[in-house]
Amino acid sequence: MDQLLTTNAAQLGAAIGAGTTSSEEVTRAHLDRVEAVDDTVNAFLHVAGDEAIAQARAVDAKIAAGEKLGPLAGVPLALKDILTWTKAPTTCASRILEGWIPPYDSGVTERLLAADIVILGKTNLDEFAMGSSTENSAYGPTRNPWATDRIPGGSGGGSAAALVAFEAPLSIGTDTGGSIRQPASVTGTVGIKPTYGGVSRYGLVSLASSLDQAGPCARSVLDAALLHEVIAGHDHRDSTSIDQAVPAVVDAARNGDVSGMKIGVVRELGGEGYNPGVQQRFDEAVALLTRLGAEVVEVSCPNFDHALAAYYLIQPSETSSNLAKFDAMRFGLRIGDDGTHSAEKVMAMTRGAGFGREVKRRIILGTYALSSGYYDAYYGTAQKIRTLITADFTAAFEQCDVLVSPTTPTTAFRIGERVNDPVAMYKADLCTIPSSMAGNAAASFPIGLAPEDGLPVGLQVMAPPMADDRLYRVGAAVEAALAEQWGGPLWQQITPLTTEGAQA
Amino acid sequence: MSEPVLDYDQVLANFDPVLGLEVHVELNTASKMFCGCATGFGAEPNTQVCPVCLGLPGSLPVVNQTAVESAMRIGLALNCSIAAYSRFARKNYFYPDQPKNYQISQYDEPIAYDGYADVDVDGEVFRVEIERAHMEEDTGKSLHVGGATGRIHGASHSLLDYNRAGVPLIEIVTKPIVGAGEKAPQIARAYVAMLRDLLRALGVSDVRMEQGSLRCDANVSLMPKGSTTFGTRTETKNVNSLRSVERAIRYEMTRHAAVLTSGGSIVQETRHWHEDTGITTSGRSKEEAEDYRYFPEPDLAPVTPAAAWVEQLRATLPEPPAEKRKRLQAEWGYSDPEMRDVISVGAVEVIEETIAAGCGAQAARKWWLGELGRRASEQGVDLAEVGMTPAQVAQLQGLVEAKLVNDKLARQVIDGVLAGEGEPKEVVDARGLAVVSDDGALTAAVDEAIAANPEVAEKIRGGKVQAAGALIGQVMKAMRGQADAGRVREIILERLS
Amino acid sequence: MALSVDDVAQLARLARIELTPDECAALAPELEVILDSVAQVSGVAGEDVAPTSHPVPITNVFRTDEVRPSLSLEAALAGAPAVEQDRFRVPQILGEDA
Repeated sequence: MDQLLTTNAAQLGAAIGAGTTSSEEVTRAHLDRVEAVDDTVNAFLHVAGDEAIAQARAVDAKIAAGEKLGPLAGVPLALKDILTWTKAPTTCASRILEGWIPPYDSGVTERLLAADIVILGKTNLDEFAMGSSTENSAYGPTRNPWATDRIPGGSGGGSAAALVAFEAPLSIGTDTGGSIRQPASVTGTVGIKPTYGGVSRYGLVSLASSLDQAGPCARSVLDAALLHEVIAGHDHRDSTSIDQAVPAVVDAARNGDVSGMKIGVVRELGGEGYNPGVQQRFDEAVALLTRLGAEVVEVSCPNFDHALAAYYLIQPSETSSNLAKFDAMRFGLRIGDDGTHSAEKVMAMTRGAGFGREVKRRIILGTYALSSGYYDAYYGTAQKIRTLITADFTAAFEQCDVLVSPTTPTTAFRIGERVNDPVAMYKADLCTIPSSMAGNAAASFPIGLAPEDGLPVGLQVMAPPMADDRLYRVGAAVEAALAEQWGGPLWQQITPLTTEGAQA
Repeated sequence: MSEPVLDYDQVLANFDPVLGLEVHVELNTASKMFCGCATGFGAEPNTQVCPVCLGLPGSLPVVNQTAVESAMRIGLALNCSIAAYSRFARKNYFYPDQPKNYQISQYDEPIAYDGYADVDVDGEVFRVEIERAHMEEDTGKSLHVGGATGRIHGASHSLLDYNRAGVPLIEIVTKPIVGAGEKAPQIARAYVAMLRDLLRALGVSDVRMEQGSLRCDANVSLMPKGSTTFGTRTETKNVNSLRSVERAIRYEMTRHAAVLTSGGSIVQETRHWHEDTGITTSGRSKEEAEDYRYFPEPDLAPVTPAAAWVEQLRATLPEPPAEKRKRLQAEWGYSDPEMRDVISVGAVEVIEETIAAGCGAQAARKWWLGELGRRASEQGVDLAEVGMTPAQVAQLQGLVEAKLVNDKLARQVIDGVLAGEGEPKEVVDARGLAVVSDDGALTAAVDEAIAANPEVAEKIRGGKVQAAGALIGQVMKAMRGQADAGRVREIILERLS
Repeated sequence: MALSVDDVAQLARLARIELTPDECAALAPELEVILDSVAQVSGVAGEDVAPTSHPVPITNVFRTDEVRPSLSLEAALAGAPAVEQDRFRVPQILGEDA
C-alpha cells in the first residue's frame, strides 16, 4: 500500500506544508484507494474527485506562494453525508433526499474549507443517522474493513470504515446516541463526541436536536485533536452553540500524561451482557491507566440503567418533528404528483416510499410519545430521567476527572444479525447514551482486539462539559503505551483489503 | 348556502354570548423572527427566503431580539406579567405553507400572561382580560391555481411563496369575555380597535388589517340565560376589518341561536367569514381533534428576561390610551359627546396628528367625523386608510382659512387628493379650484346678477338685506362655486347701497 | 402495553406516512416491544425532578434585528420538485382556506 495512505494526518500536513509532498499527490493517492476498495467497503456515498483535486491544487498554490497555512492544510477528509456541502449532494443516506444539493455549507464544512482541508466526498451512514450498523442506509451497508462480513458500527459507519480502509486519514462523524464512538470502537479508530454545543450544528441535518453533535474521527489521537480544533468553536447561527474558548485539545493530545488523574470506572457499564473479550481488554486498559499513574476508583451512576429507555423516547420524539420537513413540497423526492393526488396524499406517499423502515419506526414511535395523553408518561418522564443522569454525572465528576467504560458491549456483529431485532440493535448504544443525554464530552479509543474474534475493542472516556481536553490526555496516554506494547498502532494488525489491480 | 339565523333581540332574550378573541400581529421588525431575511410586504415571490425560513435540512433558527422586546412591550402595555422563564415550543402539523411542518410558537410558557385592557363602548368602560401574549412565526402564502377566483376549492394545484414564512407574529389571546350581552360584538370591535391603536402607539407593527398585519380570529359560543356552562364554540377566521369583527360575531351569535333554538347542537369547527355576503361558512370539519404534539423547541434557548431588562422596556411604553384620551380631550376642548364620537369612530390618532400638523381642534374633528368619515364608511375602510393623511387635512384647512377655497370646493379638493392627484394645494392649482378673489371679476358677476334680477335688487335697496341670498346664489353659480360667498355678499351690498 | 394495528395506522396518518396494511401489521408488535422496554422509565423520576429539555443550560441567545442577504431566487428554487411563476408548485391542497 502507498505509504501516503497509512501516514497520519499530522505528518501529512507537515509534509505538504514543507513541500516534501503535495496536497494533490496525497489527494490523488486517496482517491485511487477509494476507487480500488470502495466497491467492497462502501464507505462513500459520493466521491467528489474533481472538486477534491481542484481544492488540493488551490492549497498547493497557496503553499507555493509562501502562505502560512494550518497544520492540516491539504490533508484529505471524508465528510459524513448528513452535513451540507454545496459541492456534493446531501442525502443522509435516504431515498427522500436523493440528489439534493444544498444551497449552503454547514458550519463544520465552512471551517474545514477555511482550514484548507480537502474534502474527498460524503460518507455512508444509517438513514438520517438512525442505527448502529450502517445497514439502514438506502444505498447499501458499509462493511467493516477488519472483517467485511461485519458491520462498521453506526450511524457513522462510513466515516469510521474509511479510516481503516485507508481511504481517508480524517473524517467527520456525528453522534446522537453513540454514532461517532460506537463505530470508532468496532473499527479500532479514534472518535470524539465533543461537548454538546462545542461544534456548530448549523448545516447538520437534525436527527435529535438536543443530542446531535459533530466531531472528529481519525486513526490517531493527535489527528483527532487537530481536527477538533479546526471544527470547534462558537457559531452564532446555532443557538445551542457554546460561546467559550475551545478546550486546549491539541496540547492535551501532545502531552498525554495521566499521572495524578482520578479516573472513575462506572459500575453500571460493564459485567453481564458484555462480551468477555470486551470486558477483558477494558480491564487491561484500566490496569494500564493505573500503571501510568492514574488513580482509578469505582463510581456508581444508578440512573444510567434508565438511559437507553429514556433515549428511545427523546430521540424518536425530536426526530418525528425534525423529519416532518421532508414532505416533497420544497425539495427532495416527490411521489404521486400526477394530477390525481392532493398535496396531503403526495406528502404521505412520498414519506411512505422515501423513508426506510427504521426511520418510519422511529417517527411513529416519536409521534406516539408526543401525542396528547402520552406526553407526560413518555417524553416528560424521559426528560426527568435526563435530569437524573446529569446529576449522576455531576456527582461522579466531583470525585473523578474522567469516567471510563467499554464503548459498546460487543465487538462488530455480523451484517444482518440484528436487523430484525431493534431492541438488540439499540443496546449497542448502552454505554454511549448517558453522555449524549447529559451533553458532556466523550470519546472512544482503540484498546486492542478481543481474543475470541480478533475484532477491535474501544475504551470510552467521558469528561465534564467543556473539559474535552481530558479525553485527549487519557487517549494519548493509552495510545502511546499500547503502541509501545504492540510495536505500532492497532490498525497495523488489520488484514489488508484485497484490491483489484491497484497494489502499490 | 346561507344558514338560518335568529333575530338579534331574540338571541339576547334567550342566551348570553361568550367571546374569545385571538389577535395575530405581524411585527414590523426589519428581519424575520428566526433568520436575517427581510420582511417587507410585496416583494417578488421567494426573494426573501433562506435555508432557515424555507425549512431546508440542517438549518437552525436564532431568535430576533427586537421581536422579543416588542413582545414584552406589548405584554407590558396590556398589563401582563412578563415570564421570568419563557420558552419556545414546536406546534406540529402538516401544511404546505408551513415550511418545517411545525410552527415555532409558545405553548405553556408564553412570554407574557395575565393582563387586561379597558375598552370604551358608548362611554361605558369594559375590561377585557388577557390570557397571554406569545411569540411565533408566520406561514408562507399560497396561490391557488385552476379554480375560481383563487379559491382553494376546485384548484388544480397551488403555488407557494415563502416570503412571509418566518415573519414574527405575536398572538394575543383574551380570556373568555362574559357578561357583555348585546354589546358583545361592539366590545369585540372596540377591543381590536384599542389593540390597533396601542400597537401603533408602541410602534411595533404596521397594524394594517387589509394587508394582514393584524388578523383576528373570533371564538363565539352561547349559553342559555342563567347558565354558567359555556356552550360549544366556533372559531371564525378571516375577520380582517374592524367592521367585520362586529358583524361576524353578531352573525355567529344569530346563527348559533338558530341552531340551538331548533334543538340542534353547535359543531366545534372553524368558520370562514365572507365580507361580501356577511355570513360565515363551515371550514373543513375536523373528524378528529388536532393533536399538535407540542414540545419545547430544542433548537432554541429559553428566554429569561432579567427584571432590569423588563423595567427598561417598561420605561419605553407610550402613555396608556385611556389616560391619553383624557388629556387630549382637555387639550382639545371637546365636550364629552364630541370626544365619545371621536373615540367610537377611531379618530383619536388621526385628529391628534392633524392638530400636530397645525390644524385647529374643532376643524380637525369636523373633517374627520364629517366629510372623511362619510367617505371612509362608504369605502368600508378605517379612517387611517381613507387615503388622505392628517398632514393633508391640515393643509386643506389652511387653504380654507386663507379663504383660498370654500367648504364646497374643499370637497372637490378631497376628491382630488383621494384620486391621487397630489397634495391639496396641487389639486387646487391643477383643477383651478381657487376661489376668485379678484374683486373686478366678482363685481362684474354681481352687476350681471343685479341686471338679470331687477326686482330682487330693488328689495335689497329697500332694506330687505336677506334677499341678497338669491343674488349670492346666482353669482356663485356663475363663478362655478369658486368664490368666497362672504365677499360676494359684501360686494352686492356695496353696489346696492 | 397494547398497540393495535389501527393505532399504528392512526399514528401514521398523524405523521403523514403512507403505510401498507402489511407495514402496519409488522410495526405494531415491533413498537410494542420497544414500548415495553422503555416502559421501565415510568415511576423512576418523582414529581420533584425537573425535566431537562436541553443538555446545556444556555439562555437568552438572540440575534440583532438586521437584514442579511437571502438566497437568490434560483438557489431558493433549485431543489424544488416543481416550480411555476417563481413559486413552489405543489399539488392541490385539500385543507381549509388559510
